Amino acid sequence: MTPVLQVENLAKHFQMHHLGQRLHAFDGINFTLHAGEFLLLRGPNGVGKSTLLRTLYRSYLPRAGHIWYHTTEGRIDLAVAADVDIALLRRREIGFVTQFLIARPRVAAEDIVAEPLRRASVPAAEATEEARRWLAEFGVKRDLWRAYPTSFSGGEQQKVNLARALILPQRLLLLDEPTASLDAGARAALIRRLADLKLAGVAMIGVFHHPGDVAGLIDREIELTGQEVPEDVAV
Amino acid sequence: MTAALALRAPQLMTTPPLLTMTGVSRRYGDVVALDDVSAMVYPGEVLGIVGESGSGKSTLLRMMNLEDTPDAGDYRLALPDLPGNLFELDRFARRMLCATRIGIVYQNPHLGLLMKNSSSGNVAERLLIAGERSFTALRGRAREALDASEFPLERMDARPIELSGGMQQRVQLAKAIALEPALLLLDEPTTGLDVSVQALVLDTLKRLQRDRAITMVIVSHDLGVIRTMADRVMVMRRGRVVEQGLADQIFQDPQHAYTQQLVHAKL
Repeated sequence: MTPVLQVENLAKHFQMHHLGQRLHAFDGINFTLHAGEFLLLRGPNGVGKSTLLRTLYRSYLPRAGHIWYHTTEGRIDLAVAADVDIALLRRREIGFVTQFLIARPRVAAEDIVAEPLRRASVPAAEATEEARRWLAEFGVKRDLWRAYPTSFSGGEQQKVNLARALILPQRLLLLDEPTASLDAGARAALIRRLADLKLAGVAMIGVFHHPGDVAGLIDREIELTGQEVPEDVAV
Repeated sequence: MTAALALRAPQLMTTPPLLTMTGVSRRYGDVVALDDVSAMVYPGEVLGIVGESGSGKSTLLRMMNLEDTPDAGDYRLALPDLPGNLFELDRFARRMLCATRIGIVYQNPHLGLLMKNSSSGNVAERLLIAGERSFTALRGRAREALDASEFPLERMDARPIELSGGMQQRVQLAKAIALEPALLLLDEPTTGLDVSVQALVLDTLKRLQRDRAITMVIVSHDLGVIRTMADRVMVMRRGRVVEQGLADQIFQDPQHAYTQQLVHAKL
């Protein structure tokens, strides 16, 4: 069976020019992920779990290694792929779910959620209807649907963000503490959705503050140990 | 929705870039404004250009609008009926090309508008250059473009000089999009507007981008504007491109010392 993702010797460090220092994040990460598999990243705070997710998504540039993303057409190394290709994959194949919402001023909650569908050319009315279904499922009150999420509480913003991130099915989902600060109802709704996605063949990699939340979904785990020793380098 | 999930094969970017600029250099006397700059913009994307004053970002945008000819360099747009290097076009051909295929919005509305003509007249002027002669059609299309730019139509005959800064930018935008250009260039389009007006203009641009899939290049020293608008970002310093990448990568993991300084300086 062809994997969705194959990570080989992935390494990341940050060159901090103003400190004249290189900050080590991780190296030698290896794993393979198949369709419908759920990989949990474990380890204490600051060990590089979120950094790994962001590197896979290419918000961070890897220092070395490969991130082979497999398609029926062949494979592409996300570590070095062109920015335009990454942008395209993010629109259609690879999703990133965080606890933080990047809300735009004066855009209503339902429009933020519907946007990925609109970009995929779903007609406006249909996209809005689907967005409302998701907001309802996560327990966002109806009278907030037309309101601007910039004024919402942290938990409500997160629900908007999750709905937006999950509304368009992807092949690979990167989950960065998506359950943090959610109430019990929304957490249950999210886990139900993730279970559905897993059944539909979506591969997932996640960081969870309470891994117990998703215990039933986890297939494999990677424990990051992290040796956070900043090496001095000449700049 | 989940049931409808189909695992598609990604169709990676096989379409060529809409805009390709290669090795563009320009000196003004002793000042090097652009030093071997290359850029590509793909159909439907928004490229943001950032950098401090004097970095060459506006000069580059003017080059894209064929307002100046570089000392060296090649500029191509993947559009039908265009010759190779656009810098070799004569003045007339440039004017035609800019009027019909490229739209521009300047920071200073005085550069883009005739302040004492009516707003609708400013937009119609674009259409006249493109050969439209019927008064009804001119008025209708000007109205449509002003409406798409979210300009209050009851004021379409007001002169730009009588309008607020935000409204003047909307007239410029209407003029720029009236002929549905393939490329929209934005030079500090919201600089100098107050924050609430700025948010409204950015909303309009976002909506246009989504509904019409216009390819845009936006120059701004305001990183917030670039972050809101751009898919990819190019960082310029002293006439050179020091770094380019996906917008989130430039903001979260800048590589170049200058970009790190720039990103960390953001409030």
